[in-house]
Amino acid sequence: MEWLMAARWSPYAVGIGIGILSWGAFFLSDKPIGVSTAFARTAGMVERFFLGPRVLEKRYYKLFPPVIDWEWMLVVGIIIGSLLSALWGNTFHLQWVPDRWSEAMGSSPFPRWIGAVAGGIFIGIGSRWAGGCTSGHGISGTLQLAVSSWLAVICFFISGIATATLVYGIFP
Amino acid sequence: MLQHVHEKHGLQLMIGLLIGVVFGFLLQKGGVTQYDIIIGQLLLEDFTVVKIMVTAITVGKLGVYLMTHLGLAALHPKPGSFGTSVIGGLIFGIGFGLLGYCPGTIAGAVGQGSLDALFGGVVGIIIGMTLFAALYPRLEKSILHVGDFGERTIPQLLKVNPWFVIIPTAAVLSMALFIIETYW
Repeated sequence: MEWLMAARWSPYAVGIGIGILSWGAFFLSDKPIGVSTAFARTAGMVERFFLGPRVLEKRYYKLFPPVIDWEWMLVVGIIIGSLLSALWGNTFHLQWVPDRWSEAMGSSPFPRWIGAVAGGIFIGIGSRWAGGCTSGHGISGTLQLAVSSWLAVICFFISGIATATLVYGIFP
Repeated sequence: MLQHVHEKHGLQLMIGLLIGVVFGFLLQKGGVTQYDIIIGQLLLEDFTVVKIMVTAITVGKLGVYLMTHLGLAALHPKPGSFGTSVIGGLIFGIGFGLLGYCPGTIAGAVGQGSLDALFGGVVGIIIGMTLFAALYPRLEKSILHVGDFGERTIPQLLKVNPWFVIIPTAAVLSMALFIIETYW
């Protein structure tokens, strides 16, 4: 079982694993693997918690009701699976500022926190605007050869590369 | 198709959880739950993300299309338009470059102890989605259906047998990986 304890696996082994896992999702659940809808449902749950049941009247939450479904359980599973992998591979550690950020922009947690919240807001708006994220469009949609997904994933990377280059070009 | 399995709600939640556990395990072992690896990809310094995605897409499409031919699976391509995929995609990318995680890998980052993911990114994503839900009725009437192409796949767009797209794209993508692996 030494391979379970390895800190990293070959990206090709991981890619083959995810590809086969996607067969399983189609076969067993008739669903493509996707993540961002579960976050949208969670956003609805949070809004309902603070503002009460009237938020359920919003058009978007009628389309994506804030309930626990297959994708929501998938996201819970991702957290558990990653935790297991990190514990067995001895890579679990609590960290506020990633190394690469720290090298370029300093080790103070506050700027990183601001960057992460701001980035999250764009991801939240963009993934629902595009109707999917790097999982639902980037892997599951592209493997089905969906036009919407190929177009979206190309835009994710064009804009992601431009933003990262700008952030690392200007700030350090 | 396993319709009797697909219809069992409780069982499906368990299957979703199990698929998630394996997915999260693979993402973490692949290193893509780390900010450093994702930002390395966007700065074109480290091609781990592309290697994993291209391999998963290639293996995934061969199996999934084969299963549809055997009647074991059905495709569910997402609907879209230029208004959704291009504009939404470009907004997403700004977040991708700032946050350094995406919704799937951030769940994995939370599992491995990344606090910027849990207290920063996840909070931002939820705020962003409530903003989108608030804007949705206006966006739906204006921009989201501009250049609508529906649930179309590339083979349907080109009006060819899917394998005329699957085999050449698999070959081109494998060649691209080979070039990255050899020269980058």
